[in-house]
Amino acid sequence: MTPAYVVRRIGFYVLICAITLFFAVPMLWLASAPFDASPGLGVHWPDWTLDNFRETLAHPYAMHSMVNSLLICVTTAVAVTAFAALASYALSRVRLPGRDALLYGLLLLSSVVTGTAAMVPIFVMMFQLGLIDSRFGVALVMTGGLLPAAIFILKDFVDAVPKSYEESARVFGASTGQILRDVVLPVARPGLATILVWAFVNSWGNFLVPFLLIRSIEKQPGAVLLQTFTDEGGSANLSVIPVFSLLFSIPVVVLYLLVNSRYGFRFHGGIKS
Amino acid sequence: MATTTEPAPVQPARVRGPAQDVAGLGISRALGFVAPALLLIGAFLVFPAVWTIYIGITNYRLTGVEAVSPSIVGLSNYTKALNDALFHNALWLTCLFVLGSAVIGQNILGFALAWTMRRARPAVRRTVEALVLLAWILPSTVVAYLWIAFFDRDTGTLNSILGTQGTAWLIDYPMVCLVLFNTWRGTAFSMMLYSSALQAVPPSQLESARMFGASGWQTVRDVVFPHIRGHVLTNTLLISLWTANDFSPFLLTKGGPNHESETVPVYIYNVALQGGELGYSSAISFLLLIANLLVALLYLRLLRRRS
Repeated sequence: MTPAYVVRRIGFYVLICAITLFFAVPMLWLASAPFDASPGLGVHWPDWTLDNFRETLAHPYAMHSMVNSLLICVTTAVAVTAFAALASYALSRVRLPGRDALLYGLLLLSSVVTGTAAMVPIFVMMFQLGLIDSRFGVALVMTGGLLPAAIFILKDFVDAVPKSYEESARVFGASTGQILRDVVLPVARPGLATILVWAFVNSWGNFLVPFLLIRSIEKQPGAVLLQTFTDEGGSANLSVIPVFSLLFSIPVVVLYLLVNSRYGFRFHGGIKS
Repeated sequence: MATTTEPAPVQPARVRGPAQDVAGLGISRALGFVAPALLLIGAFLVFPAVWTIYIGITNYRLTGVEAVSPSIVGLSNYTKALNDALFHNALWLTCLFVLGSAVIGQNILGFALAWTMRRARPAVRRTVEALVLLAWILPSTVVAYLWIAFFDRDTGTLNSILGTQGTAWLIDYPMVCLVLFNTWRGTAFSMMLYSSALQAVPPSQLESARMFGASGWQTVRDVVFPHIRGHVLTNTLLISLWTANDFSPFLLTKGGPNHESETVPVYIYNVALQGGELGYSSAISFLLLIANLLVALLYLRLLRRRS
């Protein structure tokens, strides 16, 4: 062990510690402030209490916005999964005319038409359709936005399913409907579950779409409501904000851990919160 | 929508996947399967994108006479953008934001993490990766609030650490804050991409580099980099695209103070919904769409060449 080696090792660990601190320190507030008797914006060892939770549960809009989030995100996730499943199966197994061009177009769309680039036309369109202030309208816009990427990720799953299962089912005289229901669906379940969670988590965190489209506070999902707590004339409600942030984050983390432990992290599909 | 999805386009090599209609679906039923998805994508993604072009050549406004009967004004929105100091400011700030937080911040930190964690103990590796991933998966409004608290003037954690109570970071140094924030937020993607890319570097080459006494930096530059050059390029394009379209600066600073952190997405929002100039903001949106399209085309071309 040369001195140079020791210095390098020490430098290595200092670097790792610095990076870890950089990532951990901003999150500490989320762990301490919800349980603190006098929550502020700083991080300190909490004076333990659960009063903030009681206050948050009693807040007129806090829990209501969670229900709104749930409504919007379940609708979005189910619609994305169902339509992407149908489309990706057909695109994987049937040589439709213009299929490759379509897939290329979808791939481009998924990254080119971003929420920020399309916010003005989307706002104008929903305004003229009378879908402003509609949770269903928010779910529709999110579904359209998530579908291209979902089709792509799912098509990858379906491509990887051996066709021999379907072939042998067919040899034994199964109808197309039976094959889809009893052979393809069970085999594709990990893919479907992943897409379901992926779409749910993405719409759960989406701020821009509901922020643009929803006007009344009783229809706002959690992502937007959190922003309104802050805006209340500078006097941020610091007993509700930390608890709400924590509660609002839990579903995302739990779902992520679930998918990660059951199916592993499939990186190439870009499974992202 | 990248704000909603940040999808990593999958390798187009797989575009030519298996195509044998083993279940006997038939063309017409297959079209029926594809139709609902395509209708939704058409209505809520393609149509808005195309419509931007039309709104962009009108003087459409949120309120007033032009809200009821907008008229076509040709390219005057685009000539206005050419002379709009605030738009130039937004472009410049977006370049800074992308360069600082994506091209430099996320790229370098992500690579450094992937490179160092390769040899770290599993427990250390898991802890660090979990933290970096957590920063990535938490909802954006929550994350924004964490950083507002972190930067707070009076009781913020940063001021407590540095002993600089009274420094209003988000007001005095808004762009530095945004760059730090977005580096923290997005590094996970680069870390994971580089982790998997590094597995393609032959261990024997790393071994011989060590036997010849190459330093860590020399190894990275001469042995590792040639293997992952393609990944570096595609990763940089992708995270730049996402960063340029990121709306979270709005959550931290709303573009302020006095337009000092008004990146293009925030500027579009402020012009459209605060200023009510839907026509003009559409013209700017269209420019953003074109920029996205160019980056995405380049990205796909590079990916295709690699595979």
